Amino acid sequence: MTNQKPFIDIRHAQKSFGSLNVLRDISLQVQRGQIVAIIGPSGSGKSTLLRAINDLDPLTGGEVWLEDKQINKSLPHRQYEQHINEVRQEIGMVFQHFNLFPHLKVRENVTMAPKMLKGLSDAEANALAEEQLTKVGMIERIDYYPSQLSGGQKQRVAIARALAMKPKVMLFDEATSALDPELVEEVNLVMKKLAEEHMTMIIVTHEMGFAESVCDRVLFMDQGVVVEEGPPEVIFRNPKNERTRNFLRKHLAGQKG
Amino acid sequence: MDYELMQRVFPYFLEAAWTTILLSVLTAVLGLACAIVGASARFSRFAVFRILGAAYVSVFRGTPALIQLFILYFGGPQIGIQLDAFEAGVIGLGLNAGAYMTETIRGAIIAVDKGQKEAARTLGMSRWQAMRNVILPQAMRLMIRPLGVNINALIKGTALVAAISVVELTYTAQRYIGSTYKPFEMFLIAGVLYMIIIYVVGLGIAWADRKARII
Repeated sequence: MTNQKPFIDIRHAQKSFGSLNVLRDISLQVQRGQIVAIIGPSGSGKSTLLRAINDLDPLTGGEVWLEDKQINKSLPHRQYEQHINEVRQEIGMVFQHFNLFPHLKVRENVTMAPKMLKGLSDAEANALAEEQLTKVGMIERIDYYPSQLSGGQKQRVAIARALAMKPKVMLFDEATSALDPELVEEVNLVMKKLAEEHMTMIIVTHEMGFAESVCDRVLFMDQGVVVEEGPPEVIFRNPKNERTRNFLRKHLAGQKG
Repeated sequence: MDYELMQRVFPYFLEAAWTTILLSVLTAVLGLACAIVGASARFSRFAVFRILGAAYVSVFRGTPALIQLFILYFGGPQIGIQLDAFEAGVIGLGLNAGAYMTETIRGAIIAVDKGQKEAARTLGMSRWQAMRNVILPQAMRLMIRPLGVNINALIKGTALVAAISVVELTYTAQRYIGSTYKPFEMFLIAGVLYMIIIYVVGLGIAWADRKARII
């Protein structure tokens, strides 16, 4: 591990809903180009942590930095809105349920934000959409509506939509959890491609095999804390913590059953 | 049944039906305008506006439309509001319909999956950009049918302005009953004309709803 300044720096993240502590003092540094998987049982806080990175679920304590910019700054409303809209353009996010815009064709799903937020012309935005959709293998479906696509296809379009904003980092929130098993692979392949291009990625996932093959680091979270973290071969093959071992054992049993 | 009488008075009922239609159109337009303001208020980030919006809805849904009309028409002059019966009818019914439509619009906006807003916001869109380009186009489709129900109700609600003597369908029926003592025939004509209006408007709503369907 190099000693360069972290690309994403989460410092002492805390999040509580009333008396419920979802995140209890979590710190995480991610270097540029690194791929980090966050695993853990449901309710462990992993999605909340991911969503705190673009301030979708604002933290109740702690700081999140992207390079030299603090993301979760406390500012007067207008300034905060402007700040967060700028920051979010640099952070791509992919959701479990795709969240494609159903009233727009695939093309407009991808071109909308670049046109609106970066002032791209129709021609530029179209070229960009075609480029990104080619990358995710969805160019043939450019004039379809989301409702005409399978889950895997929808998710690939959602990835293209996020990539069209040229983000510095991509967040994946259980991107394959809602997919039929036979559709998972096509989305994983797109994510692998991004990994090969050294996109910085933080991936909340239940796909242990995928996490092991793609990620540089794995965090195991439970009850709002990082129980164990390390390279995938250690976390998956030789975890030190009892809770990690239990989780993996249960999870693997569940996958077989 | 006195068909001969019905034929004789029918032209006057037709004329009155136009008044009912005009009243309905103006009420619907005013109602929609109020509803847009009302729904915006209910989604404001300022509590004052949210409270005002909620108060508007509870006052106008919580009291009889007839009382609202009476306060405006009979009580208005006491506090310096002079309106003729038709104006009072449009304003009273419009404010009343607006309260129901506010909730229709609000409901449609809430019914759009919250993941849509999240997706728009994470791309970097502002609250308004997300609302305008992502939420509202989807909410529009959801609100056409329920707004149709509101409009259906407001058309029938125009009968109330007979009570402040606007010469529309119901008032016309009552007037001819006074001189002919044939309530069955007179209310039958009025009822049929209401039904025709409602039927045609219903076709329009169904057409708009079909046009707006997502593929």
